[in-house]
Amino acid sequence: MTTPVELEQTQVDPAVNEVATVDRPWLTIVWNDPVNLMSYVTYVFQKLFGYSREEATRLMLDVHRKGRAVVTRGSRDKMEIDVAKLHGAGLWATMQRDV
Amino acid sequence: MNGWRRRGGLVVTALSEREAGLLRGLVGQVRDMLAARVAATPPDELAELTGITVGPTTAPTDRVLARLLPDFHREDATLSGGLRALHEPELVAVKDGVAGVVLDTCPARGGRVRLSDEQAQAWLSALNDVRLALGTVLEVTEDMPDELPPEDPRAAHLVVYHWLTWVQESLIQALAGP
Repeated sequence: MTTPVELEQTQVDPAVNEVATVDRPWLTIVWNDPVNLMSYVTYVFQKLFGYSREEATRLMLDVHRKGRAVVTRGSRDKMEIDVAKLHGAGLWATMQRDV
Repeated sequence: MNGWRRRGGLVVTALSEREAGLLRGLVGQVRDMLAARVAATPPDELAELTGITVGPTTAPTDRVLARLLPDFHREDATLSGGLRALHEPELVAVKDGVAGVVLDTCPARGGRVRLSDEQAQAWLSALNDVRLALGTVLEVTEDMPDELPPEDPRAAHLVVYHWLTWVQESLIQALAGP
């Protein structure tokens, strides 16, 4: 698939573009570590974010196999709270701007 | 100890005197490390005036504390520092709180432990903090063997680590169901 990038770009107002950058959502990322148990990570995802066991398990397996997973996305303030909660549970979490 | 069970709305187990002593000792040590971190933070005049507790902006140099109190961002040190100052006091309070629940509910001489769900959640977090601390010191890897050669100085501690893993896993099963 492709998109008509060039045609679009010629019409972009720089000011609008800046607003889009400000609104770019942030991500909460959980990183793999050798101590946290798979069952515990799944449990924490369910408890903190209300994910179903299936969804929580899928995210946990992503962390385990790929080394990281995006667990939530949203505003910077919201991601800050999510990272703080994950640190409270002992998971290795960071936030970053979506790219 | 034979693991955790659900009984009449409570999560229960029984610990030997040795197990209880071990657990209380480890949980107490993590608590002391966190208290030392707070004590090492220089007083802030502005915070004293406003009554808002502000934490340090730099990550702990101690690797155990650094694991318990991680950075918020992997590259942006300024952002991480600012968020650490804002959130670390509460994070330390949370960890101190769960450690306190264990020390309050784990009989020093061993015996029955009967926990509400809320207390059991606190135990779960506190057990995890202790495993993070011990795992960091032991430099645990994902494919850590069950036993180390007896001449390895970490051998006895690894036995404790694996026991804590089993205690935590059993508690998760009791809380989350099979």
